[in-house]
Amino acid sequence: MSKKDRMSGNEAVAYAIRQINPDVMPAFPITPSTEIPQLVSTYIANGEMDTEFIPVESEHSSMSATVGAEAAGARSLTATSSCGLALMWEELLIAASNRMPCALALVNRTLSGPININCDHSDGMGARDTGWIQIYAETNQEAYDNFIQAYPIAEDKRVHLPIMICQDGFITSHAVQNIELNEDQDVKDFVGEYNPEEYLLNTGNPIAIGPYSISNYAMEARKAQEMAMENSKEVIIEVAKKYKEKFGRGFELFEEYRTADADYIMLIMGSAAGTAKQAVDDLREKGYKVGVLKLRVFRPFPADEIAKALSNCKAVAIMERTESYNGHGGPLASEVRAGLFENGINIKAVCYTYGLAGRDFTVEHVYSIFDELKDVDLNNKKVKQHRYINLRTKEEN
Amino acid sequence: MAGYSLKEVMNKPERLAPGHRMCAGCGATIGVRAVLRALHEEDHAVIGNATGCLEVSSYTYPYTAWEDSYIHNAFENAGATLSGVETAYRVLKKRGRIPAEDNYKFITFGGDGGTYDIGFQSLSGAMERGHDLVYVCYDNGAYMNTGIQRSSATPQFADTTTTPVGKESNGKMQTRKDLAAIIAEHNVPYVAQTTLTKDFKDIHLKAEKAIYTEGAAFLNMLTPCPRGWRYDTPDVMKICQLAIDTCYWPMFEVDHGVWTLTYEPKNKLPIEDFLRAQGRFKHLFKPGNEDLIVQFQNEVDRRWEDLLYRCAK
Repeated sequence: MSKKDRMSGNEAVAYAIRQINPDVMPAFPITPSTEIPQLVSTYIANGEMDTEFIPVESEHSSMSATVGAEAAGARSLTATSSCGLALMWEELLIAASNRMPCALALVNRTLSGPININCDHSDGMGARDTGWIQIYAETNQEAYDNFIQAYPIAEDKRVHLPIMICQDGFITSHAVQNIELNEDQDVKDFVGEYNPEEYLLNTGNPIAIGPYSISNYAMEARKAQEMAMENSKEVIIEVAKKYKEKFGRGFELFEEYRTADADYIMLIMGSAAGTAKQAVDDLREKGYKVGVLKLRVFRPFPADEIAKALSNCKAVAIMERTESYNGHGGPLASEVRAGLFENGINIKAVCYTYGLAGRDFTVEHVYSIFDELKDVDLNNKKVKQHRYINLRTKEEN
Repeated sequence: MAGYSLKEVMNKPERLAPGHRMCAGCGATIGVRAVLRALHEEDHAVIGNATGCLEVSSYTYPYTAWEDSYIHNAFENAGATLSGVETAYRVLKKRGRIPAEDNYKFITFGGDGGTYDIGFQSLSGAMERGHDLVYVCYDNGAYMNTGIQRSSATPQFADTTTTPVGKESNGKMQTRKDLAAIIAEHNVPYVAQTTLTKDFKDIHLKAEKAIYTEGAAFLNMLTPCPRGWRYDTPDVMKICQLAIDTCYWPMFEVDHGVWTLTYEPKNKLPIEDFLRAQGRFKHLFKPGNEDLIVQFQNEVDRRWEDLLYRCAK
């Protein structure tokens, strides 16, 4: 059973949090994620949930308190954006290495500077090697659905890792769209009770967390973490299947949109996938064989699955909403190309940077990218392997 | 409090087991054990710890010296970490996931670097929000774990590795931050300053009050460091006594806003007596540096007078 409503992405995630009613939520305001703790506080003030909210004095402290609460045996979470995530970077690593299955609602916003409050993925991408599972959403609906799947993935005994549920700042977090909401009880049943095996407040079984570890032991801890991240892929797929069975929605590692016979594919993550799909529909009407691969799970990175999904196309545009400053493309491109290479798939792959700091990205941009891919493929057009889309000044090609 | 018996408290089971790797003559370990003795035996505890000597020496994987549950998170966030633990306790109790009869207390230890400096914001937040926990600063007046760098708790003129004494330097230029007073200004229910005395009565009573007063409490304990202060390790208790007898380290408490002096030396000793026993102040006793000692004495006197005024003496 579900009910139809309309709400913003922030409202949708806060609604999911109310339905889950976790134990502890420390949070600190930062645009554009601020609404999530605001809405949760309002639910608590009105007696609609009884999570303990801690209004901490910084994001470093919000993640520190989340780690403390989770270690104590409480299902915990926080929400943040941009510089807030950057400030908690040290703690992201500690949450993951202490194997805390806590959740973070990330509302993607660019990092400073110049200071700017609008969307790109530089915050999430900056935290890509912190040991967190990262799941991205195209819409408010996906942000909602993904959040409900967060704890069943993170708390699974094969995983025991923290999880970041990401949505695009303003574009998804603030735009009001239609949504299907699950019944409260169905969500509670799906997520289940939290029964940690070892925790600080387990009377009779005290534990110590956060050791100093010398070289004789520390590397095994890292390896165990890496194995957990590998394991998480099958768990993410299982939970997604179960969710779809119960609620009828969602994707596993990525969504393949009209890719079956596509010559050219745009690989993209987040809200701009909607723009890409619209453009694909338009181009399909004109007879172009194009499609979209919308990545849902960035960590763990489904390199082989993506390579397989791209194996029959002639060229792929890898869309980056961040900058790596490495001189040859973004993180998505590096990982996709590595996956293609490992799988012996030799197709043209061009990396396009778009939408930084909230820059518009429209169907016209998608048309031009597909045009260029065609040129690269058929006419062997030489293009820079790392292109910027929609700059004020025309880029040197 | 009547009925304090050193023999009795010393016979309680240790909650910090022997075998840890802290130095001989380290004041911090003695202070930590004294604080833990103030826990009632039937109560459980979660101990927090900022990164520092105490942490790396007491919980080196796979061994822990802590009999209670223990969490180390990072350097600057012991206050926030324990805020999370304490909040978890309240919610798990509320939701019936911890038996009603299980009583937990929350104590976190941080050195002066982790407390006065890098952990200051996290501490201030935890105090302001009023979590039911005790933050204990073991103040040895420098970043001892990383090799004796100055902190805002380092006394003026101390020779540290980032305020080295040299031709152009007499050691640290600035005087100490008065952290206990700053935390008292947070209007928390209980703040106290203490150190190690022969009968451990002062630290015991203050720790017990801090632990068993509802709300946020802060304990600042002077704990000498033989490496950084350069004294003979058996002299740790003597140095603490000199710190209080010279009024360098006054012992007081602020109980629900009421300032009380808990020790007043019969004969206030000159500051040289405290400084002379420590290698970090050796340069002050060179001919020509007499005025530095006068300066040090004046600062001690000014702060002592100020404290007497606050305590309405």
